Amino acid sequence: EKFGLGRPALPEEVAAWDLDVAPDGTGLPAGSGSVEDGEMLFSENCAVCHGEFAEGVDNWPKLAGGEDTLADEDPLKTVGSYWPYLSTVWDYVHRSMPFGGAQSLSTDEVYAITAYILYSNYLVDDDFVLTNENFLDVEMPNADGFIVDDREASEAHFWNAEPCMENCKETVEITMRAAVLDVTPEEVSEEVVKEQEEIKAAAEAQATAPIAMPDPKLVAAGERVFRQCKSCHQVGEGAQHRVGPALNGVVGRKVGQADGFRYSPGVVKAAEEGMIWDHDTLDAYLESPRAVIPKGRMSFQGLRADEDREAVIAYLRTFN
Amino acid sequence: EPDPLITEVQPWAQGLGDGVDAVPYGLPIEYEDDVIRRNVEWLTADTISSINFTPIHALDGTITPQGCAFERHHSGAIELRKEDYRLMINGLVDQPLIFTYADLERFPRENRVYFCECAANSGMEWAGAQLNGAQFTHGMIHNMEYSGVPLRTLLEEAGVKPEGKWVYVEGADASSNGRSIPLEKAMDDVLVAFKANGEALRKEHGYPVRLVVPGWEGNMWVKWLRRIEVTTQAIESREETSKYTDTLEDGTSRKWTWEMDAKSVITSPSPQSPIKHGPGPLVITGLAWSGRGSITRVDVSTDGGKTWATARLAQEGQDKALSRFYLDITWDGSEMFLQSRAMDSTGYVQPTKDQLREVRGLNSIYHNNGIQTWWVNAKGEAENVEIS
Repeated sequence: EKFGLGRPALPEEVAAWDLDVAPDGTGLPAGSGSVEDGEMLFSENCAVCHGEFAEGVDNWPKLAGGEDTLADEDPLKTVGSYWPYLSTVWDYVHRSMPFGGAQSLSTDEVYAITAYILYSNYLVDDDFVLTNENFLDVEMPNADGFIVDDREASEAHFWNAEPCMENCKETVEITMRAAVLDVTPEEVSEEVVKEQEEIKAAAEAQATAPIAMPDPKLVAAGERVFRQCKSCHQVGEGAQHRVGPALNGVVGRKVGQADGFRYSPGVVKAAEEGMIWDHDTLDAYLESPRAVIPKGRMSFQGLRADEDREAVIAYLRTFN
Repeated sequence: EPDPLITEVQPWAQGLGDGVDAVPYGLPIEYEDDVIRRNVEWLTADTISSINFTPIHALDGTITPQGCAFERHHSGAIELRKEDYRLMINGLVDQPLIFTYADLERFPRENRVYFCECAANSGMEWAGAQLNGAQFTHGMIHNMEYSGVPLRTLLEEAGVKPEGKWVYVEGADASSNGRSIPLEKAMDDVLVAFKANGEALRKEHGYPVRLVVPGWEGNMWVKWLRRIEVTTQAIESREETSKYTDTLEDGTSRKWTWEMDAKSVITSPSPQSPIKHGPGPLVITGLAWSGRGSITRVDVSTDGGKTWATARLAQEGQDKALSRFYLDITWDGSEMFLQSRAMDSTGYVQPTKDQLREVRGLNSIYHNNGIQTWWVNAKGEAENVEIS
């Protein structure tokens, strides 16, 4: 029975949403990208979480390494060691990455980043160019590493066994206790709640008096929040440019002024327009980098809590 | 000694309470503010792409209130207005279609209660007891009454071509979470749902529309559902290759492990719900479920599996929904090793953790449905342990 509801989908609409790519290459658009271009694009868009060499930062996924570890005690599952299809890499980067800036990469940029991820896994040479033509020629090391769910056969003994009710075992000994490992989250203590409230209050005071000397409590909180920035930005004595510029003296200064750092066209344009890293601009930028500098390269998803942003600004101010 | 709560007039018996307009959409009373979803910070890099846990140790019955039902996001919980909602059906169909939210409300709809369990529920326990609380070991589950349109109805409206064998379902959030589902399942019991427990879906559960894939792993229950594509093959997206596959001891991995096997857990007593009353009457209770059918029986052991007693099901098991079980005992105040063992309508018997490890090794992450043990001491405190 047809209800006659809905309307026909237009070809442009289907084209806009139907982006997925299947293992046999169905859905893959024409294009190409080199390892060389991919290295720069990866550094700008991906390294903040996945590391310069796809080795992963903190708890973020490692994309390279782990070959021959799948039968080990702690297998390292990466694109190189685990992923069976290259289509999955291209499709995921294209539709879902970078984190907080999904679907901002062009087709060729996705080819280039995919090529670089292959290179970081030693699967292609440094002069390799990935295209829709040679896409299916790339061999994925773990392509044959998967079987379709076989539980009904390999675990058939879990079915229809008459469960034992009496005298099922002679002894019961404890072999492992969760309390020994002690990784269960604690209830939030009153002290922690009090400290969080004090930081919030300090952040609010800071926002209304941006010129004042930063509150030490806020600076300390900012140093903790800044850990998220450290994989790309250094600050303090001897700070060097990394993926992002060193941040000494940034608060209150004109945008794009760190000596020797190659800024994105977006930042250069903002500098030409006279943008200043004052309190409110920094605050907005830290909340959503691409909302303030749309074509910028800071591929950070942003700090959502007001007090976290105030704390980082207070911390940075101590390096002026 | 007379109880002053009885002999003296209490303020609530004298003064006045809140008026009817104090809280237009109610929240739990403040005395229950410890009954909340909890996060395990070390599990993931960022709370935006993470999971929290249902406080199953503090709930009873079978229906999970939406406000404390676990959340799992890959790019955060988005805000999508009904007016901005579009659902596309494309691929191998006679007529690709676009539905608005209002269109969906005009199709005949069903009401069904189903559990939704993350494939990684109990996943941190593969190598041994780690987290001390039923919320953390078994809380990636909820059970709600969904109102929605059968996916079959929408697919028939578009007309599936004979070469169509799979559907690829995709969300509208930045993660583009997508999964491949065999057409047979899509035409069976899958729902395109917009209400849960009678009210609109919460933001964190995919408002305004999510997919309900009864009995199958939670990752397939795509939230903010925006597209259903009929295909000849599985897309093998990131969520069905690099994740949600089960690596065995020899390094090969199972894929397409969709069904959630029969499983149970005692929710009280448990580490977050100790016995506070000393010896005497004690209610042992817990939850049981199976993605392959209904729960037919649950056995409980208080001595670590030496002897078992069949528990009482609060009501007859329902298809792919949570069952509540009770064992009412007289506790003598000595230590107990509490376990529960579920059986389902396909004859499946919940295995021990060691039985699972014999088949799968220690690296599976997903689909851990082994029997849980709580060690209750003479003070009534409980701990997550593994036993011989």
